[in-house]
Amino acid sequence: MIELRAVSKRFNQGRPNECRALADIDLRLERGGVTVFTGPSGSGKTTLLTLIGCLARPTSGRIVLDGQLLSNLPERFLTEVRRHTFGFVFQQFNLIRGLTVLENVMLPAYPLGRPHRALTAGARALLERFDLEPKADSKVEWLSGGEAQRTALARALINDPAVLVADEPTANLDSRLSREVLGLLDDLAAQGRTVLISSHDPLVFEAARVCRRLELRDGRLIGDRRC
Amino acid sequence: MRASLERQKYLIDYTLASLLRRKTRNLGLLLVYTLLVFLFASVLLLGQALRREAATLLQDAPEVIVQRTVAGRHDLLPADWLDHLRQIRGVSEARGRLWGYYYDPAVKANYTVMAAPERPLAEGEILIGATLARVRGIGVGDVFSLRAAGGPPALFKVAGILEPSSELLSADLLLLSETGFRALFQLPPERYTDAVLTVRNPREAGTIAQKIALSLPSSRPILRSEILRTYDAVFDWRESMTFLALGAPLLAFAILAWDKAAGLSAEEKREIGILKAIGWETGDILRMKLWEGALLSLTAFLLGYLLAWWQVFHGGARLFAPVLKGWAVLYPDFRLTPTVELRQILVLLAVTVAPYIIATLVPGWRAAIADPDAAMRG
Repeated sequence: MIELRAVSKRFNQGRPNECRALADIDLRLERGGVTVFTGPSGSGKTTLLTLIGCLARPTSGRIVLDGQLLSNLPERFLTEVRRHTFGFVFQQFNLIRGLTVLENVMLPAYPLGRPHRALTAGARALLERFDLEPKADSKVEWLSGGEAQRTALARALINDPAVLVADEPTANLDSRLSREVLGLLDDLAAQGRTVLISSHDPLVFEAARVCRRLELRDGRLIGDRRC
Repeated sequence: MRASLERQKYLIDYTLASLLRRKTRNLGLLLVYTLLVFLFASVLLLGQALRREAATLLQDAPEVIVQRTVAGRHDLLPADWLDHLRQIRGVSEARGRLWGYYYDPAVKANYTVMAAPERPLAEGEILIGATLARVRGIGVGDVFSLRAAGGPPALFKVAGILEPSSELLSADLLLLSETGFRALFQLPPERYTDAVLTVRNPREAGTIAQKIALSLPSSRPILRSEILRTYDAVFDWRESMTFLALGAPLLAFAILAWDKAAGLSAEEKREIGILKAIGWETGDILRMKLWEGALLSLTAFLLGYLLAWWQVFHGGARLFAPVLKGWAVLYPDFRLTPTVELRQILVLLAVTVAPYIIATLVPGWRAAIADPDAAMRG
């Protein structure tokens, strides 16, 4: 379970361009299911996901994961939590150009030092699951948008995280590919993973397993609807 | 332990792939660094080898040489000084030497001419250095013509070529019989250029030199250790001058390489952000950058050092020989004895590899300590 207590986030503190991204967010997220964060651009969806996923620290407030306070953890331990608990799918895919699909999928597991054979087998199994096995040795810059998104999804799952964080996963895809990716996210939720999605795409809200829809505006939580 | 090794292997894999992805830039850096190491190593290896060569050859040089001076200038030494020198306690042998210089306008070079009483040479015979023989295009049995002090040419028959192994000091050497030498330079009998002494205990050479200076006030005793020190100083000076002359291009190369190594492109910064976002620690990024710096600079070091080694010991050291060997015209053509000095390698590593690794680590560390949420924002 993830709990946020009076979480605020400010950027460029003390400078003329200081801005408030989030203000006094109180939130409790249960394990499992698909939760969608929605709201217009600049409402704070992505910032909220970066705080939940331990990619950044809140300016004030506390974040607790399964009873463990995360907001005070040193960087090294925060990375450890991020590595084992969260998998990320970024809006721009953020694959490393010049590397193959298989290498990109294996990357998050490199610092763990898992045996090469086991790691390769795990990565290939994920590629097969997402119909990417024929592309395993292709460079990622040769992939179509849908293939790149599925590669990013496979990469997010290589360390078997409990929580999958997807930032605007359909933003760069057409309707057919969007449905395909949402189907995959649905499957992951069905397997018991917690899926957190930020989006303002109606296709996402209509996805079968969306169990909660949280609405943000101007850095504040203004709506919480359970489906 | 195994996980740690696997992790290093993955990091090396990633680093190699990363280096290959930026082939042009990294090949350029490798070339520049190889060239830097090559230049540095060439000067150091050649200077070191020359010092060693000179020291080896001077091992058999006399412990003490005595010259006569008049008004502070070198003058011929009378034969009766030899008897006087033999009387000094500690001196076991005193022998007069005849040597001088001869300028040959044909090759615009000074030859060193010596009388060699220990060699069975007739009055009209001569032994010549291998370099000189090569430059003049003459061999055993040919006639070698020199202009005598009185004016008419003196003709000598080449009886042999001096050993190439001693070419550092014998490149421009001519050896004659004593009578031949005196005839060529019209030297009076009972006069020598200087005297060489053999002493019973080499550790007492300094004391003996003091006694000589006291009993023969116009004498100048020279110790072997002083000659060795002079050689060292000369080679040190030449080495320093070479480094100074190379200073500007070396600095330019070093700045270029530092700039290329230290500057992270937007693409590299983005990559570091992504790696952190997907679970790499700052330490992993630093280890990856450390491998990157080490792989590139050590490869450059190895290539540069081996090229310099080949150039100095097998390629005739053509690059810096004219500066470091320092002969006016007749450059000795000899094989230097290959040597490896740990201290020298450490110095080279310190001035070439260490700065490069730091140059790659610092910007990597700067990018790695930033919050990885930038990756989220594209």
